[in-house]
Amino acid sequence: MSHAGHLLFIIALLPFIGALVPGLMIRAGRTASAFFTAAPTALALVMLMILAPAVLRGEVIQAEIEWLPQLGLSASFFLDGLGLLFAGMILGMGLLITLYARFYLSSADPMGQFYTYLLLFQGAMLGIVISDNILLLLIFWELTSLSSFLLIGYWKHLPEGRQGARMALAVTGAGGLAMIGGMLLLGDIAGSYNLTDILQAGEAIRASEWYLPALILILLGAFTKSAQFPFHFWLPHAMAAPTPVSAYLHSATMVKAGVFLMARMWPVLAGTDAWFYIVATTGLVTMVLGALIALFKDDLKALLAFSTVSHLGLLTMLLGFGTEAAAVAAVFHIINHLTFKAALFMTAGIVDHETHTRDIKRLGGLRHLMPVTFLIGTVAALSMAGIPLFNGFLSKEMMLEEASHTDWFGSHYAVPVLATLGALLSVAYSFRFVAHVFLGPQRDDYPHTPHDPPFGMWAAPALLATLVIAIGVAPFLAEGIVTAAANAVTGADLHPHLKIWHGVTPALWMSVIAVAGGALLLMLHRPLDKGWIAAPRPEAKAIFDRLVAGIVALSRGITDSTHNGAISRYLAIFTVTAVALGYIAYAGSGLSAPTRDMLPVPPVIAVGWIMLIVSTISVVGMHHHRFRALVLIGIIGLSISAGFVYLSAPDLALTQISVETVTIMLLLLALHFLPKLTPKESSTGLKMRDGLIGLAAGGGVGALAYAFLMRDIDTISGFHVANSYEGGGGTNVVNVILVDFRGYDTYGEIIVLGIAGLLIYALMHALLDGPSARRLKNTDYSEDRSRDRHPLMMVVVTRVLMPIAMVVGLYIFLRGHNQPGGGFVAGLVVAIALLMQYMASGFAWTQERKRIEYHTLIGLGVVIAGLTGAGAWLAGQPFLTSAFTYIHLPPIEEFELATAMLFDLGVFLTVLGAVMLMLYSLSRIARFAGQTVNEGPMDYDPGEAAKDRDTED
Amino acid sequence: MIEYALYFTASCYGIALLLDLWRIGVGPDPADRILALDTMVINVIALLVLYGVWRGTAIYFEAAMLVAMVGFVSTVAYCRFVLRGDIIE
Repeated sequence: MSHAGHLLFIIALLPFIGALVPGLMIRAGRTASAFFTAAPTALALVMLMILAPAVLRGEVIQAEIEWLPQLGLSASFFLDGLGLLFAGMILGMGLLITLYARFYLSSADPMGQFYTYLLLFQGAMLGIVISDNILLLLIFWELTSLSSFLLIGYWKHLPEGRQGARMALAVTGAGGLAMIGGMLLLGDIAGSYNLTDILQAGEAIRASEWYLPALILILLGAFTKSAQFPFHFWLPHAMAAPTPVSAYLHSATMVKAGVFLMARMWPVLAGTDAWFYIVATTGLVTMVLGALIALFKDDLKALLAFSTVSHLGLLTMLLGFGTEAAAVAAVFHIINHLTFKAALFMTAGIVDHETHTRDIKRLGGLRHLMPVTFLIGTVAALSMAGIPLFNGFLSKEMMLEEASHTDWFGSHYAVPVLATLGALLSVAYSFRFVAHVFLGPQRDDYPHTPHDPPFGMWAAPALLATLVIAIGVAPFLAEGIVTAAANAVTGADLHPHLKIWHGVTPALWMSVIAVAGGALLLMLHRPLDKGWIAAPRPEAKAIFDRLVAGIVALSRGITDSTHNGAISRYLAIFTVTAVALGYIAYAGSGLSAPTRDMLPVPPVIAVGWIMLIVSTISVVGMHHHRFRALVLIGIIGLSISAGFVYLSAPDLALTQISVETVTIMLLLLALHFLPKLTPKESSTGLKMRDGLIGLAAGGGVGALAYAFLMRDIDTISGFHVANSYEGGGGTNVVNVILVDFRGYDTYGEIIVLGIAGLLIYALMHALLDGPSARRLKNTDYSEDRSRDRHPLMMVVVTRVLMPIAMVVGLYIFLRGHNQPGGGFVAGLVVAIALLMQYMASGFAWTQERKRIEYHTLIGLGVVIAGLTGAGAWLAGQPFLTSAFTYIHLPPIEEFELATAMLFDLGVFLTVLGAVMLMLYSLSRIARFAGQTVNEGPMDYDPGEAAKDRDTED
Repeated sequence: MIEYALYFTASCYGIALLLDLWRIGVGPDPADRILALDTMVINVIALLVLYGVWRGTAIYFEAAMLVAMVGFVSTVAYCRFVLRGDIIE
């Protein structure tokens, strides 16, 4: 990557890195926060200026880092003329807005937050315009939606702010979704997700049968973002945002993202009839409609918002024309619109800030009170109106010129007439902005005495107004960047000359009509306004709200009918679906003939089978009596363990036996605090329904298992058996699968187990603070109890058993790699050995002798397993590759050392910690419920008694 | 000869299991049920050992040993539940 490429990367990253700072710097004051927002922006701007000369010469700067090459997603950026223009606008405006916002926001507003959001937005926006990969572009696109949501809703206490933010997010987010589809189609047609490649493949894309769907989806994204009719309604509602946001997002940058995208895709998508009729028509309609509504808006910012809608329509229309000259006009107008519209927004903000109102009907005569603001506002508004010697005039002339020779469905007049009408309305509302706010008689009923703001606040709009005049008088100043950007848009080599005087052309006449008509319209404004207010109009927000309410009602209807909070309903839906799918699969292709014979059933196995069936059915019948159900579950566990042994699965048998014991203890601990009987809640009909579903599901699974067992089917186990010793160094395939082949799964599972343990601990903690805690305290558990609390016999037996159980656990752990066993079973066995001590000598006595916290054990286990896995990296192998060797130490037999064993140690520790933590948490309830604890190990301690006798003697 | 002995003993334990099952079903006391379950555990241990003898392998003995070692823990837990309510005091 070149030196310039590195710079480009830094430019892309700077705003995001910078976003971390203002939120912190606000502690050092508002100016410091603003300064640290300006610093990364200014730095990025400087770097951009370093790159600018090369780009203006026609070079394209590229930078690429592979991110997810499998998906065609790479972090690649490129800077051409169009990107330079937009990046310069984003960063330059960012600086001005930072300055303006410093003075605009009041001391009650959290300014650090504002600047953080602003920089996040700036980074996202910058990302859009310099992305070379369309998937990356989509990511930035969504980021602008999200960060603008934060900015629009910045004044969280205002309901309009929140609603406006939601509406903007919903509309632009929906458009973004459509665009994702369009971009994926585009990438698929072009065979690459890189813009540079896509831009080369224009012919192929336009010829593809997927062109139209891709075009429509992408345009949906662009139109929603750039507030084109009929999606224009969100923009005025987004004006609830602070004015700096409106000036930045809704005039200069974000709403231009759609325009940018259309310009970016211009070489690929433009030039067809579909493009012309969709884009140009939408733009034309938006331009006229937006201007018309703007004329009758009394809110200054709403007027500007609809005027922005109108100008965005103008840009869209120009791009829609599909001619090179129109593209040049569009690029030039992007610059001009930025300068005058941002200045106007800032002026509106100043007026609002100083007079405490934005209602045009309450303003007027401000020219003497706020002379500076008046001057800036007038310059910008005259430019918006398209008066000569201001920059708006130049690009509007070019627009009218293009419109004057565009046919629309065979009509020569439709486009020119409508374009002139749009321009005329634009003149009218621009004049109204000046006339109704600044001119006219001075009033004495302003909500607040107006005066010009401090320099810091009018500096930014003043600079923009200067640019308006500079470009307006000397358009050649902008020629370089316009040429570079227009060449990037069209892919051609153009040399446009921007001039004030083109001679007496149709465009000039159209301009004259527009200005005269606009002035006339303003004079008639009062009666027209009355008519407008009286006329019925569709209210976009009401329609949108109804639409949203409808969708919400629909989804709520679906959700409520399927998710009513009863697990039986979920299980029923899930099970019926699974059974139905199974049946469809079965009915589809049928079943091959069985290739195996039934095995003989020895009588003892039949007995086991009867035990299993009888106890299972009994659990269903007796589950209301919880203790009996638990005893029956004991039989089921026993039968299954024995079944595993019989079916040659000793590992499973060992695991099942220990899991069974731990489960029974957990359930018994919990049952102590629960009602001993389950209430009868289901109606007979419901029981019948659930019974039928249960039978269908159980029968289905049984049939499936039977079908598989009766046929020779190739499974992955063949591979595991063949490779377990060679690849994993163990002869116990089950263990090698757990710690090696599927080690990653095991790693995930022990983490889940650890989390479950911690979660139970946390839940119990919360439980003991809640209302159930009071119930626990008030329940009397003392009915009819044996007085043998810690019987001597039991204490002695468990003490003797402890070392034996430990050795068994160690043994099972160590040989796990080659024979049945392993860390999981060993963990359970040791846990049971410890539990015995808890049961025998009580909670307090055992707890006192515990050295390591169970939380620590869980953490230790996960860390050991993780480090073992990561150790493989040192050898240059992928995560969790195991290594093993054989060691011979004289007194003992040759034994194997495998890294898998260390991993198994992690499993062992996690299992032990999690199980103990669960039981510990459950038995803590009893302590809380007010039960006393024993200090000594047993009820009657013969040792203590003997000592007492000795001292007496 | 050992085969007949195995058949005989396995049948005995099988029948014992069924009797245990019956006792667990009818009760009447929780103590009866716990005792029957414990007997069932013992019978299963025996059957596991017999199975090992029949197949001529020692690998199943471990399962038997583990059942023997932890099986009684469940019994103790059930008993403590019936006698004291809380199994860990």
